[in-house]
Amino acid sequence: MRTREDIPAPGGRVSVYRHAGLVRVTHWINALCVFVLILSGLNILKAHPALYWGSQSDFADPWLRVSDWLRHVPTLPTMRDLATGRNYHFFFAWVLVINGAAYLAYGFWRRHFARDLIPTRAELGAIAEVAKEHAKLHFPHERRYNVIQQLTYLAIIFGLLPLVVLSGLAMSPGFDAIAPWVLDFFGGRQSARTVHFLCAVAMVLFIFVHVALVIVSGFKNNIVSMITGRYVVVRAPTNAPTTSPAEAS
Amino acid sequence: MDLNRRNWFARALAGAGALALGACDSVTRAPAVRNGLKLGESLSMSVQRLLMSRRTLAREYLTSDIAPSFRANGSKNPLDPAYRAHAANGFRDWRLQIGGLVDNPYELSLDEIRAASARTQITRHDCVEGWSCIGKWTGARLGPLIDRAQLKPETRYLVFYCADNTEDNPSRPLYYESIDLIDAYHEQTILAYELNDEPLPIANGAPIRLRVERQLGYKQAKYIMRIEAVESFADIRGGKGGYWEDRTGYEWYAGI
Repeated sequence: MRTREDIPAPGGRVSVYRHAGLVRVTHWINALCVFVLILSGLNILKAHPALYWGSQSDFADPWLRVSDWLRHVPTLPTMRDLATGRNYHFFFAWVLVINGAAYLAYGFWRRHFARDLIPTRAELGAIAEVAKEHAKLHFPHERRYNVIQQLTYLAIIFGLLPLVVLSGLAMSPGFDAIAPWVLDFFGGRQSARTVHFLCAVAMVLFIFVHVALVIVSGFKNNIVSMITGRYVVVRAPTNAPTTSPAEAS
Repeated sequence: MDLNRRNWFARALAGAGALALGACDSVTRAPAVRNGLKLGESLSMSVQRLLMSRRTLAREYLTSDIAPSFRANGSKNPLDPAYRAHAANGFRDWRLQIGGLVDNPYELSLDEIRAASARTQITRHDCVEGWSCIGKWTGARLGPLIDRAQLKPETRYLVFYCADNTEDNPSRPLYYESIDLIDAYHEQTILAYELNDEPLPIANGAPIRLRVERQLGYKQAKYIMRIEAVESFADIRGGKGGYWEDRTGYEWYAGI
């Protein structure tokens, strides 16, 4: 078993154990699922490239027509193929849900959320300073996630991903019979379909920002840490959370 | 110069992406991958069936929710000469045949179907393409009609044979669909002969179309001519239980 102790790294830095095995494995499975789900979802959308609000479709007056835009985006499979797109989408939706459930169970059980993702009062208080550092593209390597990371990951894990799953389920006529409240929650099946699409757009935006920050904030360190768990930080760590991220720089 | 370089980079990226997705396409064609992906369908069906009772109803809507015009999709005017002759005289000579694995195969006229135990429901029709449309359907409950035929104990599915070449394209085979007995006996499963209080229009499947409200639109077979009770649909047509299932690989269980 790999040690979880801090190990001195060259240049007076310290290699810390940042990501638990389950977090790393579920992260990459989730990344694959989201990749397949977005591309197959776009293929499914091609079958009826219009979005509506409410229970049903007002064909003459959709809220948004996406047919022109859809011609320029990649899909899975590359040709228009609703059946295969659906096969991919539902298979990987199941993988995403099972993988996500494992991650959530682990996160609560091992206090991953409480320890790593819920910001302390001090961290919350330093949010303006952290934002300023981000704006200068200055990303100090620290033991803990910074407060912007914490809040973003919390929003994705407990906001966007549950919403995208639930709005997906609300499109299923079988699930609507089982749990009709999902229809009321979204204001109808077509509203749920539109929300599902908007969630996907938000997810794509998140991925662009996430990947860009992974690259500019120390690509190798970030990638290695999400594979091995080990992350190199700039200063000797203490067990207590960093009081002020600005201090760490 | 910088712009050109960026263009080159964008093109290289797009090229690499296309290559990767192209590779996905050849992966998609592998039978093992196709079969693997189908696990999603089995899981969806098992879980939905576990969570729904036989009496779980699809939502029913208010009269004020009914769409001003109910969209007709797929076939809208079957080409088959026999069907056209039936349509020309108001389906007076048309008979629905119920047979297969039954002790009492029989035929029903449209008037007899109209006289059978009926149900009216305002429900949402969800097309696999993504759109929805709300309509009011009146029809004969399927359960009592098949009970009258006395299903043999080995019966597991009902197969519905239709009069339309799909999308009114003569080069395509006739439409057909199948459901299992859980859906056949469901309270909302009807052979609809009225849409929005009018006789079912030809575009929507006259003289009768199936309504299986907890599944997608392609299961709602139109222009039904014959119902056959079977133990398995593996030997019928393409063996997947329905026209679209055979042709494109749509899920047989269309609850999702």
